[in-house]
Amino acid sequence: MNKVLNLTRSRLFWPIVTLVALLVLNVAVAPGFFSIRIQDGHLFGSVIDILRNGAPTILVALGMTLVIATRGIDLSVGAVVAISGALACTIIADSPEPGSVGTVLSAVAVSIVFSLVLGSWNGFLVSVLGIQPIIATLILMTAGRGIAMLITEGQIITVSSAPYKVIGAGYWFGLPVSIIIAGVMFAIAAVLTRKTALGLLIESVGINPEASRLAGIRSRGIIWTVYVFSAVCAAIAGLMISSNVTAADANSAGLYIEMDAILAVVIGGTSLAGGRYSLLGTLIGAFVIQTLTTTVYTVGIPAEVTLVFKALVVIAVCLLQSPVVQARLNRKKPAPVAAQPTGVAA
Amino acid sequence: MTTTPAPSTLIDRLGVARFIPSSRFSSVLVTLVLLIVMFGIGTSRYRNFASPQNIANLFVDNSFLIVLAVGMTFVIITGGIDLSVGSVVALSTMIAASMARDGWPPAVVIATVLLAGTTLGLLSGLVIHYFKIQPFIVTLAAMFLARGLCYVISLNSISITDTWFTAMAQTRIPLAFRLNITPSVIIAIIVVIVGFIVLHYTRTGRTVYAIGGGEHSAMLMGLPVSRTKVLVYAISGFCSAVAGVLFTFYTLSGYSLTAVGMELDAIAAVVIGGTLLTGGYGFVLGSLLGVLLLGIIQTIISFEGTLSSWWTKIVIGSLLLVFIVLQRVLTARRN
Repeated sequence: MNKVLNLTRSRLFWPIVTLVALLVLNVAVAPGFFSIRIQDGHLFGSVIDILRNGAPTILVALGMTLVIATRGIDLSVGAVVAISGALACTIIADSPEPGSVGTVLSAVAVSIVFSLVLGSWNGFLVSVLGIQPIIATLILMTAGRGIAMLITEGQIITVSSAPYKVIGAGYWFGLPVSIIIAGVMFAIAAVLTRKTALGLLIESVGINPEASRLAGIRSRGIIWTVYVFSAVCAAIAGLMISSNVTAADANSAGLYIEMDAILAVVIGGTSLAGGRYSLLGTLIGAFVIQTLTTTVYTVGIPAEVTLVFKALVVIAVCLLQSPVVQARLNRKKPAPVAAQPTGVAA
Repeated sequence: MTTTPAPSTLIDRLGVARFIPSSRFSSVLVTLVLLIVMFGIGTSRYRNFASPQNIANLFVDNSFLIVLAVGMTFVIITGGIDLSVGSVVALSTMIAASMARDGWPPAVVIATVLLAGTTLGLLSGLVIHYFKIQPFIVTLAAMFLARGLCYVISLNSISITDTWFTAMAQTRIPLAFRLNITPSVIIAIIVVIVGFIVLHYTRTGRTVYAIGGGEHSAMLMGLPVSRTKVLVYAISGFCSAVAGVLFTFYTLSGYSLTAVGMELDAIAAVVIGGTLLTGGYGFVLGSLLGVLLLGIIQTIISFEGTLSSWWTKIVIGSLLLVFIVLQRVLTARRN
């Protein structure tokens, strides 16, 4: 009995319940939901679609989790997505050989290096100048789309480059390349933060920046690093998005992706107040968001109601996770509090 | 997300704050000087820039943003933020356009729009206060909800042919020789005056500042914190709905995708106008100056002709940076 109670108290309980409920709803409406067929040596199916389309959100949410864990927030990821797509597409479109692997690799490299600069900028404002994160990243969020438009000169840049298309729409070993990239990034983040002390340091900075500084943690460097990491994740997501549609649209690429990412983090049980975070929770949260979008199509909810439906689910999850509701839920189940293992969630 | 500034930051250590005069109005003064400088640049570069009509047009083209900024000032002074305002503007234009198309009398249309906006703001406020969820997340969800409701009403743009709305859009009120304004400007100015009086000369306004200064202390002082905290979001919702009505007059249509990112313009105007994003400090008239500064930048860019419109975003971003750093310096000094 206690085991069951502990289960419901786990931070991952409600996110998993939401995800399972959504999947069950999908299967109930479309019995063939889980069927995966092989076509041209690739896997096809609704679940694969969720994985493929969810990859950019997962990446952005991954970076966002670490930023939020330090008690920050990064609003500029949508703008970084637009900039990196714009930069890569412009380089490829302007090069004499848009189809060569070398061109694509250099375009990708330039985009990622530029995202390092953008991330450092955010990190500088937050950690060195001490500006509130929400405000500091608001600057790049506003100016970033202008920069992206400056790069594309206000046009939608289309590219026809087979190697570039692989990033967002290609397949390796039957799996979408985008989800493999997202998976690799996730694994890197998980190993770096959970197998070393880095995760602990990030959490301590989030819980009390001043105390951790006094304890000898270089909080400035850590804060700087998470913003750079977040920008790199966003840049890779931007490459995926522009590669998937073989075009860079400075206006609409990555629009509202910061919202999806923040919601994924919140649904995954990481508190916006900083401190303890769960990478696995974020992964589940990102899947919840993506499955929600797919559910709208399978269930046959008219496309125009999608956003209302999404908003209502998000509100419901947020209310469920609010301190007030949590306190009330826990009061009803006065079971002995078993010490919960911390920091193993990823 | 309220971090206490660590004393180890660059600004504190350099001690730049000592060289800047500490006054309640420093930040607003900078805005005013910048406004005058921008105006001077415009006047020296382009003929007709300083014409009275061009100045009047600053108000005509930004009347909705002025109203939004007034509502946003209330929310930001309490230390909160309202991200839903742009979507509420879009929702208001959709409600107004669809009801006008179905032949409802204008009074009913406007009453419905104002009620819808205020209700949405009120609900956000209630959730923020009673469920203790961050304003940022709640108004984000409200933003999705309002944008989604737009799509439910219609996916396409609805144009307005109603005679009263057309009259409101086309009426020009003559002020002097060859100088005229629209009724929207008068509504915006009334909103500014009411906002100014409520914020600076009433108990409610004082409570708004007290909450921003420290919610707990405000509560211990016996101020009606819950009521006021919910109220500011209702005020912001109401202002967004009014701005939506003005925007409907301006564009004479309703469209789901309109006003995307307008919340950022409103927040930028408030910040540039000298309101501290951490709360407790700010002026309604400062926000008005902020909107005018954004408007003048837009006018210069359109007068320049060769500059592309996306420069506006970059310039607004740079201005935001300057003012945020300035705010940081001023708070460092006060501490």
